[in-house]
Amino acid sequence: MAHDTHPAPSTVYHPAPAGMDIKVAARDLSVRYSGELALDRVRIDMPDRAVTACIGPSGCGKSTFLRCINRMNDTIDTARVTGSISIDGEEINDRSIDPVLLRARVGMVFQKPNPFPKTIFENVAYGPRIHGLAANKDELAGIVETSLTKAGLWKEVADRLHQPGTSLSGGQQQRLVIARAIAVNPEVILMDEPCSALDPIATARIEELIDELRENYALIIVTHSMAQAARVSQMTAFFHLGALVEYGPTEEIFTNPRDQRTQDYITGRFG
Amino acid sequence: MTNQVKAPHIVKAFSEELEQLSADVAAMGGLAESLVSDALEAAATRDGDLAADVVARDVQVDAMQRDIEKKIIRLLALRHPIAQDLRVCIAALKIVTDLERVGDLAKSIARRVPTLNDSEPTAFAASVDRMGKLVLSHLHEVLDAYATGETARAVAVWERDDDVDEHYNALFRELVRAMGNDPSMIGPGAHLLFIAKNLERIGDHATNVAEVIHYLVTGRELASERPRGPRPELSS
Repeated sequence: MAHDTHPAPSTVYHPAPAGMDIKVAARDLSVRYSGELALDRVRIDMPDRAVTACIGPSGCGKSTFLRCINRMNDTIDTARVTGSISIDGEEINDRSIDPVLLRARVGMVFQKPNPFPKTIFENVAYGPRIHGLAANKDELAGIVETSLTKAGLWKEVADRLHQPGTSLSGGQQQRLVIARAIAVNPEVILMDEPCSALDPIATARIEELIDELRENYALIIVTHSMAQAARVSQMTAFFHLGALVEYGPTEEIFTNPRDQRTQDYITGRFG
Repeated sequence: MTNQVKAPHIVKAFSEELEQLSADVAAMGGLAESLVSDALEAAATRDGDLAADVVARDVQVDAMQRDIEKKIIRLLALRHPIAQDLRVCIAALKIVTDLERVGDLAKSIARRVPTLNDSEPTAFAASVDRMGKLVLSHLHEVLDAYATGETARAVAVWERDDDVDEHYNALFRELVRAMGNDPSMIGPGAHLLFIAKNLERIGDHATNVAEVIHYLVTGRELASERPRGPRPELSS
């Protein structure tokens, strides 16, 4: 392999918090698009019931990394993923793992809210229905209500469940999409720039929601907002040119980064 | 002025504001140091005019502190500094507080000069002056360390503060003994004691600044509490 000819990128690892429960782990994880190296031998352990922020300049590999965790790179013909990625120690970068089932365990929220062109109710009910999570209509309605409540949206939509999801505001749509992800009982929730299309109030609601969700899920969030990474995450991973440069508790990364590239990037000095 | 901010910020105005902040703190340090130096000079040469000048110039130190604090608040509110930039701001905020106190203590020394001039010179004045020169050298050294970002120099001062404490303790005992032996020493002796105490406090502020410089440069607190000798005024 091409990358084997040059040494693996070195990563600064800060000591992990004591008793950290590892949910998602990557070893030697590399991704190529048409042979071009986009992610180079990443090794990382990400905690359960916590938020891990992935930061770095555009093209650094952070979104590519995120897409490995629910095998989204499978949908790209030219992408080739090598190395290991595991959830609870179970290898998921393996042909024997059904990506559809995997994506029920690993939910994803994108930059622009993408509700289905269906009612609010159907947006949330769709996943539980196809995965057979509800035995009857009442149970399904219960899952929809619980999910919307957890997403902090129930009060706003309880009396308009049969209106189109697209009739909601941007921030509400984003919470609807989060409710849709929660509805199938995921273990991990991936978020790729979930607030970049939202105003500060809607952003604050999503950040508050992220903080609540971390009681039950492992969240991994890609963000371009340093302030957001600092506000919502417990761990921060800094990527640059396809390499994981520095990883550790958010407080450490933001007060005392060790690698000059991390320092330059988070303080706005990157040339 | 300083090498604390390495690569320039993409937003040039931000870099300039941080550099200006460090330069302002260094200038305030220079002024506070000159007040201490002039207060000592006034005491040593029994120069009442110079002492009055020190008292008048302390107002400038206070004004600089307010001005720098305003700039820091503005930087925090508008630029949201993090990592080394945040440390530059927090370090400046802490250092100006110490420097403002240094100015006050220099003023307090200067205020005693006219009273001391009303009595005969004592042999202890030279000893107080020696202690003053030692404290002044510590202050000068930490301010240099701030300007150059040399944390090793700052830590060296931090470790040397014992010298000041020992000087003060010896002076304290000698002055108390002299005042006991000769009632005419009580007046000037009391003033010299207060001056020595003020110098000792200035030394403490210099070590505080040294601690802040270490944090500013390394991002870590100095490992342990600096060992302190016994306090003579508590034991005698």
